[in-house]
Amino acid sequence: MARAVSNREKTVTTIVAWTLGILMFFPILWIAILSLKTEVDAIRGPIEVLTSGWTTESYGAVQARSDYFKHFTNSVVIALGSTLLGLLIAVPAAWAMAFVPAKRTKNVLMWMLSTKMLPPVGVLIPIYLIFRDTGLLDTRTGLVIVLMLINLPIIIWMLYTYFREIPGEILEAARMDGASLRKEVLYVLTPMAVPGIASTVLLNVILAWNEAFWTLNLTASKAAPLTAFIASYSSPEGLFYAKLSAASVMAIAPILIIGWFSQKQLVRGLTFGAVK
Amino acid sequence: MHLRSTLVSASVMALVAGGALAEELTIATVNNSDMIIMQELSSKWEEATGNTLNWVVLEENVLRQRVTTDIATNGGSFDIVTIGAYEAPIWGAQGWLVALDDLGDAYNYDDIFEPVLNGLSADGTLYAVPFYAESSFTFYRKDLFDAAGVELPDGQMTYDQFAEIVAKVHDPDNGVFGTCQRGKAGWGENMAFVGPLVNAFGGRWFDMDWKPTIDSDAWHNAVTYYVDLMNEFGPPGATANGHNENRALFADGKCATWVDATSAAGYIFNPDESSVADKTDFFQAPKQVTDKGTGWFWAWALAIPKSSQKADAAKNFLAWSTSEDYVNLVGETKGWVAAPPGTRKSTYENQAYLDAAPFAKTVENSILAANPADATLEPVPYTGVQFVAIPEFQGIGNYVGQQIAAALAGQMTVDEALKNSQQFAEREMAKAGYPK
Repeated sequence: MARAVSNREKTVTTIVAWTLGILMFFPILWIAILSLKTEVDAIRGPIEVLTSGWTTESYGAVQARSDYFKHFTNSVVIALGSTLLGLLIAVPAAWAMAFVPAKRTKNVLMWMLSTKMLPPVGVLIPIYLIFRDTGLLDTRTGLVIVLMLINLPIIIWMLYTYFREIPGEILEAARMDGASLRKEVLYVLTPMAVPGIASTVLLNVILAWNEAFWTLNLTASKAAPLTAFIASYSSPEGLFYAKLSAASVMAIAPILIIGWFSQKQLVRGLTFGAVK
Repeated sequence: MHLRSTLVSASVMALVAGGALAEELTIATVNNSDMIIMQELSSKWEEATGNTLNWVVLEENVLRQRVTTDIATNGGSFDIVTIGAYEAPIWGAQGWLVALDDLGDAYNYDDIFEPVLNGLSADGTLYAVPFYAESSFTFYRKDLFDAAGVELPDGQMTYDQFAEIVAKVHDPDNGVFGTCQRGKAGWGENMAFVGPLVNAFGGRWFDMDWKPTIDSDAWHNAVTYYVDLMNEFGPPGATANGHNENRALFADGKCATWVDATSAAGYIFNPDESSVADKTDFFQAPKQVTDKGTGWFWAWALAIPKSSQKADAAKNFLAWSTSEDYVNLVGETKGWVAAPPGTRKSTYENQAYLDAAPFAKTVENSILAANPADATLEPVPYTGVQFVAIPEFQGIGNYVGQQIAAALAGQMTVDEALKNSQQFAEREMAKAGYPK
């Protein structure tokens, strides 16, 4: 039976939750405010920032100087491409680990996760040389491959925990009815895991969208995504706060909207499963 | 007139290119107002030559890392790169850059200031052509100096005299701090101020055997002076202030003095961006036991990596974008105060520029006085005023900058900061195999 929660407790919890929420969202809100100020007003104190006039000139300046839609298209292709390619590899891998575990499956899973602990800069030069020799520098294909490899451990882990929740008996029943392995994965397992796959896709699209090490280091102009677009407005000498804020808002707006509408799936994806 | 001559010269260059096929060049550059103007105006060069430019604009440190990776691995991602006075001689000596001594008579090398040419050369070969150059000098508030009855001494003042003046104009109750100097850690941030300060106090980074001398009396005196001055007369939280933050503070009327880049003068003098445009004047960065190396030297320059397959077209762009005609083009289309400063003598002989930029002569004198080849009281085996032109300096400079920022924040004493810095520098230099 659920424990009764008093009104006072509810009020306190609500206030704490809202406070934390506002605190976490505040930097984004402040960026949005700065983006609507002139460069001179944007560097003033908080009171002056809030009381000065509003303008959209920074958005105009950013759009005039940079090709936002080229960067946006690159981000979409790279984020979706790397996630979908990752799924193609991760679904069979997670199926095998969840339903046909071997003696060292857990170790393999841990080893895969440990690769995320490697500082990316440690492998920058080898990967750069491979990209140079294979003609993948500054190509979307190259970035799709690299980001897929980087996020693959997370995709496999997430799918593995989802698949573990699905009773093996259902798959056995499908097999008893004569389903082949391909049909079992495609028509029985995948439809049941759609919520899990959806939240995995969402999380990995966000991770790939925000990735700023490889996307900056392996691109120049043709395949540069929105991270490079933001970086082009950062400067230690000169006033670019308002323009940098405008570029940041333009870069995070699509993912913020997607995140807003899919927050339930995201929370479920991050909390689902006993092994997390 | 100048606009027409620019277009004519661009057309001539196009013909000189010998009817070569149109090339697509990728140019990596930093994000600052001069480069933005170049990006805007480069369409004229593109129209004249038929070539096209893809721009990769990055923050200075990201650009440095990105371009270093590409050049060191012979990646070939860029045909033109923007590099600073620190990288040009090092990369040139490494054989990573195309020599740029052959841009033709029309380029008029003699028109470029000698310290700028020297700063971008290695072993007598020019590896980068300057887009703009800067030294450092002191911005001060005339109105506050007058109100406090301060009279500037004749000639270059000493840091002791500077401290006395700062004390007189320090008025925090009315929101004005005596001085604002860089406190943010980094070889290009606080060390850009501390380096010339150490020079003025008679210090040096290394002796002739490449042994670090950061624990010397000169360093101790200079850094103690800096920490005491900032704690007594600087704004609170100075360790968070770099060039941009101080520039904003000064423009907002919060600082009475500021020793920083001459290139900021165009901004401080612009009434649209600065509330003290008509109240500011300049004098040379102070000296102390010596006047050598008291103003820093920095230049942003364009270079061509050896890995570029399109060096001829890239040279054509460099010859156009760093020419006298280009300076005139900027002056005529964007206003003379926006013309790239510090590179060419002709800019400082142009009456239109002198009229628009009253700080021009002071900037010229500061740049001519900054000699990277002779910036210290005692002899040194390196070149550079506020930096040492060796690859190891970036790491050492950043570490020492962090230690000095910690001393400024009161987390350690000046002696501790210098002792740590000395040990770190000795370790890094031994690891790199010095003396070589």
